[in-house]
Amino acid sequence: MNLNTIIKKLQLNVLSGQENLSIDVSSGYTSDLLSDVIANSKEKNLWITLQIHQNIIAVAKLKDLAGIIIVNNREPNEDTIEKAKEEKVPLLCTSLMAFEVSGKLYTLMNE
Amino acid sequence: MLKIFKADLHIHTCLSPCTELDMSPKRILTSALDKGLDILGICDHNSTANSSAVMTAAKTLDIHVIPGMEVASEEEVHVLALFDDIKNALKLQEYVHKNLPGENDPEAFGMQVFVNEKEEVLGFEDKLLIGATTVPLEEIIRQIHNWDGLAIASHIDREAYSILGQLGFIPDGIGLDALEISPRVSFEEAFQRYKTPYPICTSSDAHYPDDIGKSFTSFLLEEGTVAEMKKAFRNEEGRKVLNKD
Ligand SMILES: [Zn+2]
Ligand SMILES: [Zn+2]
Repeated sequence: MNLNTIIKKLQLNVLSGQENLSIDVSSGYTSDLLSDVIANSKEKNLWITLQIHQNIIAVAKLKDLAGIIIVNNREPNEDTIEKAKEEKVPLLCTSLMAFEVSGKLYTLMNE
Repeated sequence: MLKIFKADLHIHTCLSPCTELDMSPKRILTSALDKGLDILGICDHNSTANSSAVMTAAKTLDIHVIPGMEVASEEEVHVLALFDDIKNALKLQEYVHKNLPGENDPEAFGMQVFVNEKEEVLGFEDKLLIGATTVPLEEIIRQIHNWDGLAIASHIDREAYSILGQLGFIPDGIGLDALEISPRVSFEEAFQRYKTPYPICTSSDAHYPDDIGKSFTSFLLEEGTVAEMKKAFRNEEGRKVLNKD
């Protein structure tokens, strides 16, 4: 499924990576342990997390993820947003918690 | 004159909810002397309140007790903060407590006991010491350095609450003084596995008296202080970490 469609359906707030929103998302991956995401996420996964440290951008880049959804209204700091813009990684925000956004994404992608 | 100091820089007391009451100043010191340690770092979760009791109890003993704490950052990374001056440790604690939400539930997490050097219970900490601060790791490290402390990333070989587990890799320019490995990993394994430019030390992370000194770091120093260990981590003036198992 196209990332743009997901952004519209889940009403996500786009902070960066506007040039990469037409990408095809393979599946979702929900985790707050970056070592786990490095070990187990798959290419073009949309990553759901509450971590806002700038390392998330490097991990998304390394694993060729489709983008990152930050949950619970958490605000990434300037460094993280700057890095996301530089690397053209879609950084998406929501007020939903990880459980809700994962459930919605799962339903949407399996409709 | 430089000599060898055996340091276990990561010891919890009965203030940490995950320990028993037997981690009292006397028991800690008896066990440490048994193991032939020269330097002890007292590092409870997000608190340094029991450091002074251990320092007082050690006054007549030939052992250096260093006040510290194990701070949990916003990312849930544990980092050790060690100070020569307890006033500075208390300054950091004040900052940490201002940014540490939650209240302890002794039934769920265990008791958080303040003691004095005579093992008398002075009271209980109400803050949720096992929780995490709302402060990013970089800022915690900056605060530790601001008060002349040593900042060491805890148990990097463990997945839970370590910089590598939580953040995947060590961010550039993070400013850590050293990385700590747990007794489960040898220096040799650590150097092979992590290939890091950071100095490596090892400590016990003891929660029980018998675990004290399970692993320790040998330093070549003039005296058993944080300032001297700082030099050793930087290989300055002949001070060094003797990275041998
Ligand atoms: Zn820890
Ligand atoms: Zn610990």
